[in-house]
Amino acid sequence: MSQERHTAHEYLRPTKKFPNVWCSGCGIGIVMGALIRAIDRIGLDKDEVALVSGIGCTGRMPVYMDFNTMHTTHGRALAFATGLKFARPDLKVITIMGDGDAMAIGGNHFIHAARRNIDLTAIVVNNFIYGMTGGQYSPTTPMNARASTAPFGTIEPPMPICELAIAAGASFVARSTIYHAVELDKFIERAILKKGFSLIEAVGYCHTTFGRLNKLGTPVDMMKRLKENSASLSEAEKLTPEERENRIVHGVLRDVDQPEYTDLYNQLVERAMELKSQEGRRSGGAR
Amino acid sequence: MTIRLMQGNEALGWGAIAAGCRFFAGYPITPSTEIAEMLSRELPRCGGKFIQMEDEIASLAAVIGASVGGLKSMTATSGPGFSLMQEHIGYAAMTEIPCVVVNVQRLGPSTGQPTSASQGDVMQARWGTHGDHPIIAICPTSVRQSFDLAVTAFNFSEQYRTPVILLLDEVIGHMREPVELPEFNTVKHVERTGTDVPAEWYKPYGDSISDVPPMASFGEGYRYHITGLFHDPMGYPTQRLDEIDPWIERVHRKIQRNLNDIIMVEEDGIQETGVIVVAYGASARSARHAVKMARQRRHKVGMLSLLTIWPFAEEAIDRISRTAKRIVVPEMNLGQLALEVERVAGKRKVVRVNRANGEMVTPQMILNAIEGR
Repeated sequence: MSQERHTAHEYLRPTKKFPNVWCSGCGIGIVMGALIRAIDRIGLDKDEVALVSGIGCTGRMPVYMDFNTMHTTHGRALAFATGLKFARPDLKVITIMGDGDAMAIGGNHFIHAARRNIDLTAIVVNNFIYGMTGGQYSPTTPMNARASTAPFGTIEPPMPICELAIAAGASFVARSTIYHAVELDKFIERAILKKGFSLIEAVGYCHTTFGRLNKLGTPVDMMKRLKENSASLSEAEKLTPEERENRIVHGVLRDVDQPEYTDLYNQLVERAMELKSQEGRRSGGAR
Repeated sequence: MTIRLMQGNEALGWGAIAAGCRFFAGYPITPSTEIAEMLSRELPRCGGKFIQMEDEIASLAAVIGASVGGLKSMTATSGPGFSLMQEHIGYAAMTEIPCVVVNVQRLGPSTGQPTSASQGDVMQARWGTHGDHPIIAICPTSVRQSFDLAVTAFNFSEQYRTPVILLLDEVIGHMREPVELPEFNTVKHVERTGTDVPAEWYKPYGDSISDVPPMASFGEGYRYHITGLFHDPMGYPTQRLDEIDPWIERVHRKIQRNLNDIIMVEEDGIQETGVIVVAYGASARSARHAVKMARQRRHKVGMLSLLTIWPFAEEAIDRISRTAKRIVVPEMNLGQLALEVERVAGKRKVVRVNRANGEMVTPQMILNAIEGR
């Protein structure tokens, strides 16, 4: 335990004033811990890591961490990250978003970053709600749940984050929860090491808004629910489709090797240069 | 170099390359698309990066991300796309990240008339994003100037750490003229001021003599924070008034104290008292013709071309308004920059000549105004 704390301290900013913005009992810090442990385990140099986030509770994560960090606009983290990664393929660029951030306002960028298969790691902390603005329903809020803008329950089906990433073409897709912190560490580690677009859905909760509005109890109660309502891939196989519907299925859902965007661009440059030198020879002969 | 026939859009693309632009992200839109097309061909050949993004919001986001990575970066669009980019123009102003945004104006509002000319985005270039912020916007009047001012746009952007709007109109963008471009290695370019202090001394938004803090690229060993929130000298979010006020003062001051460098005007016959035409972009071409016709008729008439429209050339307008009988302001809109001229010169002296139907203001329309008809 004491050694664990030591690891985290090494990656937190000594100049940043704590405490953080999150409510006590919030799970976003667990994801931050998992990210730190993953980076530490890979042994990345702090200078070669860039964190890019959007707006919301989750978007505040990078400011506490001692890397190159960029807190951008709502929903656009992946677009900023695409520019940064394309300009600097030597950097490990990791984006950190919430469910409203990544799936609603940023849904289009999410699809296209996955489709392009650019070498980014995207972490989406899914707490089923817009927390910072006070508990409005998000694209992942379950049907019939209460939210501050859904006083009679939501009537919109939720967006499946991982399934969307798979359909769009991501190379690595995994889901875990803040209860399964050790698993989360490992998935993030694999996602960072993966060449291509990788997505981690980290299922959490927001006891302050979602929990209160839906009478789900304390953070401890909500953590217990994550444990009880989840199933690993192998456990899920034994369940009926109806039983599976109500579970958070966690595990690696996709892991494939496919051509990566910045690599393909380098090949394109070679073709362009080859054509240019051919043209140069032709026009040189005419002169 | 040889004389070549080319479009304003193409000359602008070459100007960007000559200035050292090595990153372009954009989304297809008429009448700016030729810029993206030529850069998709030329950037890979000079070690640069080209990417077509999913929309204009993402385009400017990618441009800002690439600039943080250390590349001179640009996007190009037209009215509807420019509207979508406004939030990120504000982000670049707030975070002081250099970037160039080209807007080849077309007739609006909304989808409007994609292939028709307009100067309808003058006020949007100044005030399109929310909140108070400085901005630089410059308008070429010819194909050759599209090259030259593209270089200038990058130089201003890098020198002052600010977004720069390169505001063309459809006429300048699509018009073809014979031009002789300079050798690229003779073009003067400005590089952003970097840093070599020890990492623990670096303050990304600290005070500096020039009011422009040195900018480290990500990956250089200076691990700092960038945010669109108000921030302290370390880049961390702040709500303290004693940190917010100095920031607002500094970012405005860094432009205000350099107005002599930033505001570019061309004067022709200003010393003569009489009528003075104040014009920019394609309307300056009509104005030049009108002034020539008026002089043949022995009218006393001068002309002030504004290459920089933001920050506004207050001093120049103030100077001419002391002696001029009348100031004629032709624009392809219903009177946008005329509001600024009126603010400085007084409403009574200013005669607006407006056309907002996609056609140019004609020399005859301007001549009529010069003659007081």
